[in-house]
Amino acid sequence: MPRIFFVIVSSISIVTSALAVDPNEILKNPDLEARARAISKGLRCVVCQNQSIDDSDASLARDLRILVRKRLSAGDTNKQVLDYVVSRYGDFVLLKPPVKLETLVLWFSPFIIIIIGLTAGIIFFRRQRYNLKSASLSPALNNQEREKLNNMLED
Amino acid sequence: MPDRLIYYIPLALFCVLSIYLGIGLTLDPKALPSMLDGKPVPAFKLPPVKNRDNRGFSNTDLIGTVSLVNIFGSWCAACRIEHPFLMELATEKKIIIHGIDWREENPNAGGNWLKRYGDPYSLVGDDPYSKAAIAFGVTGAPETFLVDKKGIVRYKHTGPLNRKIWTNLLSPMIEKLQIRKGS
Repeated sequence: MPRIFFVIVSSISIVTSALAVDPNEILKNPDLEARARAISKGLRCVVCQNQSIDDSDASLARDLRILVRKRLSAGDTNKQVLDYVVSRYGDFVLLKPPVKLETLVLWFSPFIIIIIGLTAGIIFFRRQRYNLKSASLSPALNNQEREKLNNMLED
Repeated sequence: MPDRLIYYIPLALFCVLSIYLGIGLTLDPKALPSMLDGKPVPAFKLPPVKNRDNRGFSNTDLIGTVSLVNIFGSWCAACRIEHPFLMELATEKKIIIHGIDWREENPNAGGNWLKRYGDPYSLVGDDPYSKAAIAFGVTGAPETFLVDKKGIVRYKHTGPLNRKIWTNLLSPMIEKLQIRKGS
């Protein structure tokens, strides 16, 4: 029994050690901490670039997490915190880029490409159907042709 | 026959896209656009580096002369590569160089590093918790900011400085900034 207990405890502690957020970074106020976690998940670690600062072990990510928590504790709103970090690092730090004039292509080109593809597809299939239809309207073979074909088949 | 041209549209689109993405591949993803260009340096006040001096370094020190602010650290391999060139610049006395000693885990490390490899800096501040570094939008060391007489950031360079970047880019910019009276 104690061995099972040891296995359970050690497996849990392995899971928690994978978390980048240091226990002593965590704020005592659970509401503020939850907000800090939410903000951190949306901020890119500028060192590792494809991780959020919430996931990253980089020292700069750690310093940014602490900065987010300090600002929240000082009474900043979520937006004020994000605005500050964006004012230092640009929109690039936001893992979800904002919809702006410069990002319109990024946000809407997939939809435009889908529309172009669908229209091209519809035109293509309609045309094909029309061709089939017009082909079936014209008499298949005239008498002369039928005779020719029969001759060929008899050979 | 001319309506066959329509079949070349995908190929043409593919070529355009390839060129566009090909250019993207040559860019350095680490070099982010500076948010500070044309803006005043952020407010910061850093304590001195241990075993160097007792003065420290703050944003108000940047008013009055054109200067470079160089972010370095004793842990940073690229800073070691850059360092001899900063020493050359310091002996040529073409520009004042200030330093921000970033993220030293050992408080003695920065001072010792400067003793060992030479000290090209006029003022140096210790920034173990990235306070000034984040305010400057630093993503990695070394990074260098060109600051004019009014304390406005004019240029940011990511990565080690060298003679080529100096002669082609920084030196002409600095000359222009130094000529401008009062600005």
